[in-house]
Amino acid sequence: MKARSLGDLASPLLFGVAVLLLWEAVVRLAGVPAVILPAPSAIALKLATSVPTLTADFIQTIRGVLAGYVIGNAAGLVVAILIDRSPFLQRGLLPLGNLVSALPIIGVAPIMVMWFGFDWQSKAAVVVIMTFFPMLVNAAVGLRSAGAMERDLMKTYAADYRQTLGKLRLPAAAPFVFNALKINTTLAMIGAIVAEFFGTPTVGMGFRISTEVGHLAIDMVWATIVVAAVTGSLFYAIVAGVERRATFWHASYRAR
Amino acid sequence: MNRIVPLLTVLSALFAIWYVAAALMNASLQQDLFANSDNKTYTTSDLIAASLNMERPKLPAPHQIASELYKLIIATDPTSKRSLVYHAGITLEETVIGFLVGGALGVGLAIMIVSVPVLERSLMPWIVASQTVPIIALAPMIVVILNQFDIGGITPKAAIAAYLSFFPITVGMVKGFRSPETLHLDLMRTYSATRSQVLTKLRAPASLPFFFASMKIGVAAALVGAVVAEVTKSEDGGLGARLLAGSYYGQTVQIWAALFTAAALSGALVGLIDLVGRVTLKRLAFPA
Repeated sequence: MKARSLGDLASPLLFGVAVLLLWEAVVRLAGVPAVILPAPSAIALKLATSVPTLTADFIQTIRGVLAGYVIGNAAGLVVAILIDRSPFLQRGLLPLGNLVSALPIIGVAPIMVMWFGFDWQSKAAVVVIMTFFPMLVNAAVGLRSAGAMERDLMKTYAADYRQTLGKLRLPAAAPFVFNALKINTTLAMIGAIVAEFFGTPTVGMGFRISTEVGHLAIDMVWATIVVAAVTGSLFYAIVAGVERRATFWHASYRAR
Repeated sequence: MNRIVPLLTVLSALFAIWYVAAALMNASLQQDLFANSDNKTYTTSDLIAASLNMERPKLPAPHQIASELYKLIIATDPTSKRSLVYHAGITLEETVIGFLVGGALGVGLAIMIVSVPVLERSLMPWIVASQTVPIIALAPMIVVILNQFDIGGITPKAAIAAYLSFFPITVGMVKGFRSPETLHLDLMRTYSATRSQVLTKLRAPASLPFFFASMKIGVAAALVGAVVAEVTKSEDGGLGARLLAGSYYGQTVQIWAALFTAAALSGALVGLIDLVGRVTLKRLAFPA
């Protein structure tokens, strides 16, 4: 991901603007009713006029997202480091982790809502479960990624386990850990929003979407989706930015 | 053996933890039940045994889920609306239709992107960006929009499944079509191969490992899409509807049974694609 030139940015931007214009034109000229597809201008207007509601929804949802994201990733990383010393546990846990990553974990949402109540804690719990396994599997692979040469070098330095872990293997695992962190940004947003379909105090992005759909206030739904999309992209961009700074040495950032 | 013993150990440890957790989590509920029923003379083992067999536990014990699964899958007529086979069938149908449509669209778009440079530059950033957006938030709306056009039944849910499986497949296939080495592409050039020849004779075969990898991700995503769509449109059944109904009425055992069925379905679909992929790639002499 080298710095993009103006030309590289121009064509996707033009394409985006063209799609928005086409959308607006189709809605206006064909007279598509607002309950099916509101025009982008109508969505923008709704967005501008309902800032307080949208802010409250955003705060409610992001609380669950962030709490769950931090706990889930930290737990995944710690467990990966703990089982790293035991090949036995690795052989037992990692296939399981891979399997669980392919399962519709989102289905635990109603259970978590029952256990932890309607507020953000239950959303955080769903996010913890969804983010734990990708982090576990990626970090475990990453911890094994340091080369034999480097390990031998640490051995000749008489480095103990902690030194090898802190100075060689954790840095070597960093690209894998960041990969999981990036995957997990999207999973965390999805987990929190879907968990809100199963019950919330009357605030939150998932709640807003499901109730406004019921009222056929589609412009409000789109406004919430815009907020969710921007939040998700920003979340991802922040993690990717931290990754760039933390693992600047990695081959994928070399200028070509 | 080398892999099975650790796996079984971990699994049995999980079961043990589950039983302990179930007893601990349900004990206070069961104590209240005992207190209400004037049974003040229960022993600890009575309490544990009762906690593991409650009707609406906080956390059902594995044997309760197993017996619920047995009751709803084997002992119930598969055409009855109480049967999980019936609901799993609905979910499976939506998932497979959605996955096939999403897969075809995803591969088609990937072909367009690698063959038309303008499309790549204008479309690809959006497709990558869309990966960071919680697109599932759109699910309830798609159901409503399609309802406006009198499109009901299975279609809206299959559409959401298609929609969710489509993006990872496009991204994976673009990567796959790009995977041939420069050397091979240059060789095709020296043969003066046309674009479509390069695609069919080099890019498509080279993308096969990526194809199977993205199909696995795609089918898992399609199932998630179908289940979430059923939550938002629960009147005509499916595993997502069972989840929602269970959460309305506090039927925890029912939720867990639906969850396990969905997990088994997803595992079976991913496993099937994995198997086909392994056999195909081995036959075509791809390095493992």
